[in-house]
Amino acid sequence: MPEQRLFLERRSYRMRRMMDAIRLLPVLGLCLWLVPVLWPRSADDADAAISTSTALMYIFSIWMGLGLISWVLWLRTRRSVAGQSDQSTVFDTPEPR
Amino acid sequence: MVALNQLVLVCLVYVAGLFMVAFIAERAALRGRIGWFLRSPLIYTLSLSIYCTAWTFYGAVGYAARSGLEYLTIYIGPSLVMIGWWWILRRLVRIGRSQRVTSIADLISSRYGKSNLLAFIVTVMAVIGVTPYIALQLQSVVLSLSIFAANGEGGSAAFNPATAALWVAVGLAAFTLLFGTRNLNVNERHHGVVIAIAVEAVVKLIALVAVGIFVVWGLAGGLSETLARIDASAIGTWEVQGSRWATLTFLSAAAFLCLPRMFQVMVVENDDERYLQIASWAFPLYLILISLFVVPIAVVGLDLMPEGSNPDLFVLSLPLSQGQNGLAMLSFMGGFSSATSMVIVATLALSTMVSNHVVMPVWLASRQDGAMQSGDVRYVLILARRLSVLMIIALGYVYYRISGGGGALAAIGTISFGGVAQFLPALMGGIFWRGATRVGALWGLSVGFALWVFSMLLPSFGIDGALSRDTFEQGLLGLAWLRPHALFGIEGLDPTVHAVVWSLSLNTLAFVMASLLSFPTPLERLQGAQFVNVLNHSIPAQGWSASVAGSEDLMIMAQRILGATEAQAFFAREARAQGIDGILPEPTPAFVQMLERQLAGAVGAATAHAMVSQIVGGTSVSVQDLLAVADESAQMLEYSSQLENKSRELSETAAQLRLANEKLTQLSLQKDGFLSQISHELRTPMTSIRSFSEILRDAATLSPEDKTRYASIIHSETIRLTRLLDDLIDLAVLENGQVSLHVAEERLSDILDRAIITSLAGAKIPIEVSRSPDAEDYVLRTDLDRLVQVFINLITNAQKYCVADTPALRISVARAGDQLHIDFVDNGTGIAGDVQAVIFEKFYRITGSEGEGAGLGLAICAEIMARLGGAVQYLPGHGGAGFRVVLSVTSIVAQVEKNDLNLAI
Repeated sequence: MPEQRLFLERRSYRMRRMMDAIRLLPVLGLCLWLVPVLWPRSADDADAAISTSTALMYIFSIWMGLGLISWVLWLRTRRSVAGQSDQSTVFDTPEPR
Repeated sequence: MVALNQLVLVCLVYVAGLFMVAFIAERAALRGRIGWFLRSPLIYTLSLSIYCTAWTFYGAVGYAARSGLEYLTIYIGPSLVMIGWWWILRRLVRIGRSQRVTSIADLISSRYGKSNLLAFIVTVMAVIGVTPYIALQLQSVVLSLSIFAANGEGGSAAFNPATAALWVAVGLAAFTLLFGTRNLNVNERHHGVVIAIAVEAVVKLIALVAVGIFVVWGLAGGLSETLARIDASAIGTWEVQGSRWATLTFLSAAAFLCLPRMFQVMVVENDDERYLQIASWAFPLYLILISLFVVPIAVVGLDLMPEGSNPDLFVLSLPLSQGQNGLAMLSFMGGFSSATSMVIVATLALSTMVSNHVVMPVWLASRQDGAMQSGDVRYVLILARRLSVLMIIALGYVYYRISGGGGALAAIGTISFGGVAQFLPALMGGIFWRGATRVGALWGLSVGFALWVFSMLLPSFGIDGALSRDTFEQGLLGLAWLRPHALFGIEGLDPTVHAVVWSLSLNTLAFVMASLLSFPTPLERLQGAQFVNVLNHSIPAQGWSASVAGSEDLMIMAQRILGATEAQAFFAREARAQGIDGILPEPTPAFVQMLERQLAGAVGAATAHAMVSQIVGGTSVSVQDLLAVADESAQMLEYSSQLENKSRELSETAAQLRLANEKLTQLSLQKDGFLSQISHELRTPMTSIRSFSEILRDAATLSPEDKTRYASIIHSETIRLTRLLDDLIDLAVLENGQVSLHVAEERLSDILDRAIITSLAGAKIPIEVSRSPDAEDYVLRTDLDRLVQVFINLITNAQKYCVADTPALRISVARAGDQLHIDFVDNGTGIAGDVQAVIFEKFYRITGSEGEGAGLGLAICAEIMARLGGAVQYLPGHGGAGFRVVLSVTSIVAQVEKNDLNLAI
């Protein structure tokens, strides 16, 4: 690993955090989309059941929201993502041999 | 009403139009004129919509009508994968580019050490897994046709679903053959097909959205009314089981990654990694639009359509029932598009896998001679592709016929998803975990696949279809824990959840366990490192622009290897041949191949290929490339080491010659020196003889004493002269080989006694001689007088030249193999290294040494020993001067035996 600086300029710092957001976005989506698992079903309790229109709006809002955030992140990061190598984000620590 | 024939005609025109689009795109790609449009992120995103097949188009509405919002899981999973492109897809695309991966089977097999067995298994699994999916497309097209037939003039009696399915299958096969297998592309890319499916993506989206708008605003009366209607309908409340929701979301995400056709458009056909990020928001958008109107259509369909009508066909039957023939036609085209594009891409992807991993290995193994032309292979490969296409579509048709064409579309689709999702552990393990091994992948895939077949595929043929009722109730072979819907005795689970959870978890478990317990081959470990660390050592794929810039890079590289003038001439010649002004030709495949051949002449084929493909293809060098390069380098190394050897031999010879020359020069100097010496030696006694004889002649009065004295001086001087002349004659005789040997036998110790006594007789201070009588117990058979002469000479030399305060001489005798060594070592200063080489030469006298002698003694010794079949050598490194007399094999071996005999007596 080449030596890395501990602190970055403001610009690169912002860029890193946006890359973090790109990475975390699917996790957020997954969490929100798993909420329906907790909803009461009509089979269990007919009165408490969530109506389909509400459910539709919830699920599609998340969908649009994720798409929108993804789009904004693309607008903000598209210049740097293309040329970026993965040096900054060490997912793969080499195996000790 | 729309007549069936009319419908078929429209379909044919539509297909012909698609084919034209594909053909034009293919032509443009072949000429290397790929515009921005053909390779834009838009086309890439639209091509991903191959995910939305007839299952989506027809089946989603049916799914919603039956199970409410559960259908959304099928689109939520892929959306998450796309939004999370940074994690998995980016790696896959990078690996696909750098390893020149052609299919998912290729990826998995090359990750696990280019295992053919693994590729074969993945291919077979993919074919079996996708077969229900293709059957689903056939079924949907047939169903949609049947709707028109039922409403048309002919009535449903004239419409035979089986025949229709056969015709649809034949049509699809012909279309696929025309599209995808007309030529071979090294990268398995099909620009024409991609454009065609992009067009179809637009058609199906427009069709579904159009029907949706018609339903919401035309039939339901607006947005709020539609929502109210939804809540009032049979699917008005949330009724999805949590387990199914989570499982199906996961399953669709897994299938999105593992489906061969998705892999084809997402990874293999990807031109630019940046498109992924655009697709990360654009593709979810497409999915939103596709699934937005599904629930309204389902709800309105349930309301308006008569009881018992197939909800899978609401998209089509709803407009038809309202007399919207144009819209129905558009809707039919949308469904037809979805089905055809899926079948084409899926069969292309599968046929690539089948021909590369099943047919070609078998064909190559069956040909032992191995002498084949490249055209030969191409022909076989194309034929294999075409046969595979036919076989895959035929399998789909057979599945359709066997399953009876009755199942809900969504159920069939889930079965397919479950099958291909079995690749997931091996795939993810392969790109994230270096410890994943081939054995692990084999175990995981086998376990998962077996469970899928038993708990999902076979039950899909119905009770008493592929599995008997007994198997369902009592378990396989009567084992209760082997019931297809209650494995290991766990009951009450939803069948889909049950099958997916069991097959994938045990698949993963087997994969991890076997990986942990097995040891990978070196190639596997190399590939594993390359795959897992792909982001660290590869550049992002930057699309066509990188290849255009390639010409200049190629030029720079070629100049380095071929030399500037030659490279420029070659490039200019090629540019002229392409009809381009200037010196840089377009990097067409033909040109690149020519260049590679040129370079291969200089650096070897493998190296040239690796260099060129790195510039042109942006691929990283594979392990096989490296091995080939290493091979070549080894050959070059060997050649250069041969040259080195030769040059070393030459320089050694030169050194020897130089040494010989030095010796000659020195000898010549010695001779000159000796001639003046010998003149002096001769002159001195001559002078005294002349002067004393003149005195005797001229002096009248001489006392008798003086007379006697002078006469004895003259006498002794003549003796000296005679001795000198004797030595010279002796040497001359020895050198000319005229000497005759008088062979006799005597003990070595006696010979030495004699020599020592003779040498030291009359010496003022005799040198102290030490011996080891035990070692001298040999009887020699040789010319004893000559040998004694040698010994005397050596002892006398020690006596004369040893300058130690108490001079001592050690005489030691030793056997060394077949030789007898007799060493004479004194304790003097020895002889300097530079003159050791010449002391045995004639006339050599050590300068600065005292004593008389003409420098012939050692030369005579050397000659004598040569005559006796032995040698006399100088022994360096013994303190003083040391000489070794070596007695040769023949005489000694005989003597030793005799010696032994003597001892025995």
